[in-house]
Amino acid sequence: MNSRRIDVIRLLGQFAPFLFLIALVLIFTSLNPRFLLPLNLWNILRQVSITGLIAIGMTFVILTAGIDLSVGSLLALAGLVCADIYKGGEFFTRLFGADVSGLAGNVAIAAALAMIIGVLGGLIQGIAVTRLGVPAFVVTLGGLSVFRGAALQYSNGGPISTFDATYNFWGQGKVLGDVPVPVIIFLAFAVVAHIILRYTRYGRHVYAVGGNIEAARLSGLNTRRLILSVYVIVGFFAGLGGFVLSSRLNSSEAVAGNGYELTVIASVVIGGTSLFGGRGSVLGTVVGSVLIGVLNNGLVLMNVSSYVQQIVIGCIIVLAVWFDQFIKARQKR
Amino acid sequence: MTAILEMRSINKAFPGVQALSEVTLTVERGQIHGLLGENGAGKSTLMKILAGVYAPDSGEILFDGASVSIATPHQAQQMGIVTIYQEFTLVPHLTIAENVFIGREPGVGAFLSWGRLRDQTRAVMDGLGITLDPMTPVSALSVAEQQMVEIARALSMQSKVIVMDEPTSALSEHEVHQLLDICRDLKAKGISIIFITHHLEEVMRVCDHITVLRDGRNAGSAPIGDVTLDNIIQMMVGRSASELFKRTQSYATAETVLSVRDLRTAADPNNPNKTALHGISFEVRRGEILGIAGLIGAGRTEAARAIFGADRFEHGAITFEGKPVAIRSPLDAIRLGIGLIPEDRKQQALFLALAVRENLSIAALGRLLHWINFVRFDAERQMVERYRQALNIRMSGQDQTVGNLSGGNQQKVVIARWLAMEPKLLIVDEPTRGIDVAAKAEVHQLLDELASRGIAIVMISSELPEILSMSDRILTIREGRLTGEFQRAEATEERLMQAMALSGASASS
Repeated sequence: MNSRRIDVIRLLGQFAPFLFLIALVLIFTSLNPRFLLPLNLWNILRQVSITGLIAIGMTFVILTAGIDLSVGSLLALAGLVCADIYKGGEFFTRLFGADVSGLAGNVAIAAALAMIIGVLGGLIQGIAVTRLGVPAFVVTLGGLSVFRGAALQYSNGGPISTFDATYNFWGQGKVLGDVPVPVIIFLAFAVVAHIILRYTRYGRHVYAVGGNIEAARLSGLNTRRLILSVYVIVGFFAGLGGFVLSSRLNSSEAVAGNGYELTVIASVVIGGTSLFGGRGSVLGTVVGSVLIGVLNNGLVLMNVSSYVQQIVIGCIIVLAVWFDQFIKARQKR
Repeated sequence: MTAILEMRSINKAFPGVQALSEVTLTVERGQIHGLLGENGAGKSTLMKILAGVYAPDSGEILFDGASVSIATPHQAQQMGIVTIYQEFTLVPHLTIAENVFIGREPGVGAFLSWGRLRDQTRAVMDGLGITLDPMTPVSALSVAEQQMVEIARALSMQSKVIVMDEPTSALSEHEVHQLLDICRDLKAKGISIIFITHHLEEVMRVCDHITVLRDGRNAGSAPIGDVTLDNIIQMMVGRSASELFKRTQSYATAETVLSVRDLRTAADPNNPNKTALHGISFEVRRGEILGIAGLIGAGRTEAARAIFGADRFEHGAITFEGKPVAIRSPLDAIRLGIGLIPEDRKQQALFLALAVRENLSIAALGRLLHWINFVRFDAERQMVERYRQALNIRMSGQDQTVGNLSGGNQQKVVIARWLAMEPKLLIVDEPTRGIDVAAKAEVHQLLDELASRGIAIVMISSELPEILSMSDRILTIREGRLTGEFQRAEATEERLMQAMALSGASASS
């Protein structure tokens, strides 16, 4: 009897985010049947696709018991440079003197540039964390300010807007009927990340470093390089997010992605990844991202103000972590 | 004498296992009561119920004659039941005084009275014969000293029953003496002690009464005068001591695997517990088990970690298989064929949240890969299964969380991790700390087998009987210097103790 009860609690703990998601969907559907329309569902996914994309990278970071607060700022910087180069590099030329107009109109180069900037940003922060020994919280808090400042400086505060259809396809386009392109990008990278974490040596090492860094080092793992790598990964996703967001909004601004770090970290944590490292999954992060999207969307359909939405999301983060710890405590007792 | 504590017909089940069935424990006032049993016998569960960590499924607890239910650790402490766990619960950056009176600091309102805090702490410590300054931060103390602080805290809480869970496992012989003396003092003050240990000699030395658990049931209870060591072992494992492992032959060859010359490390200001090494030189040969004996803090672990590349060393030369080598990280050491089984399994070796399979294969994963570093799960499972059989690792399945295994089986997983690397040299630091008698014998047999296969083994241990029964050759170390070298035949506990504990002991050969 007793052991069965505990098994139920354990199962509940494992699938809690997913069950909560289903419950929300049922509630919102009963309150407003329009919620379940395919168009609305694709809309929800599209809305979370960019924070979700970055949350995939953040999952790697949090699995190693790290954190990255700079993702929103890095996204803005990468998005700006990418948009500017695509449009002929007016700001780039003003700042650095070099003429890059030859790169204009090439989406591949613009997107690659965004990702390179993200990777470089992550690399610098990763080096600061692993070589200088400054806690990740502090390094990336600095990064949050530095990258935002760099973005403002780069664009002189103004937006870079209006791209052609080729560029905007990546943020606004649809394939296979109603499926938004950003959703495809999000889910495709989620699958790749899931495979890496579950089936490769690298993934195993990420869990090991997060679970017990000393044991990992004594087992011959290069713990510094591993930790460095997760900041590069999250930087890559922030850069990619910058490109997709500018395409989706048909505009790139230095203030883009403001506050994204909250949503991104919330997606990972609500999805069941432990802030202490070593436990969690990309699958959970996808569920966590969608959950936040459903919540936002459902509250809009119920005419709840966007201010209240922020309050709700904040409470849910705390509740999710509390629930996780409650489950663990119940399993032990 | 009257009973201060009676636990009657205690039952407790966990998922898939009945941890305790109808267990009874009676402790008299002013009694040192040994609670014995193999790992997994239910000792820890029983004590956690007493401490208010777990709730029993059924049963009754009588404390001081009254029936009580203990819902929280806080409540247990208020009643006067204090548990000193194997993993200490001290706050490292606070002083001894703050730790002793944590949560009960003397003062006015929100303000702390440092003077009274210091004086009251000193009074408690004087009662225990401890001479440390109450204002020392706990992080600057040795393991043994930290334990004294835990005991001082327990004493200051007006405890009636103090539970000590494996109190001597991290102590050297000399420190064990001190601790046992303190236990006798506490007993004289009318305090009861429940003493959980795997060290049966200590039980014979200090306990008045023993209770033995086996598989979650009472296996026997008797005054110490009525039992012998053999009786106790029989109660614990259902077999006699003569079946425990004894080495029959040496496999040492003349071929030197590792040679260390003049290894020196500097003192670390951030970690005063770390002993500086002042010129350690030795070599170990193929198939040899080299025992390194020393008190806690003598520099044994520091030497092992420096050789393995886990810590930097200032000066020294290491030769491996005849070639000078530079080992800058554990990875370098592993590539040469050196493995380290660290002293603290949970902190330094295991990934407690991961499965047995993942723990076992972590170092050898490089040999189990497809293209672009995909893990070959079939090969991994085969490998784990091979070592499960070879080492007789008892687990419910490869995907069981390693944290749920008993200490002995966890240690086997760590050993298997290195065997999978086919090492040439294995450094084992306290290989049988905190594991039960039967598993200990298995680990010893395993080490013997590895030596017979030509692996050189450096075995560090605080337990002299272990050193004496396993080693081909023994080095003693004291304050970062080697103080003696003994062949197995010429070593005795007394001679080793002299070399380990007395200053001015000169190296003999």
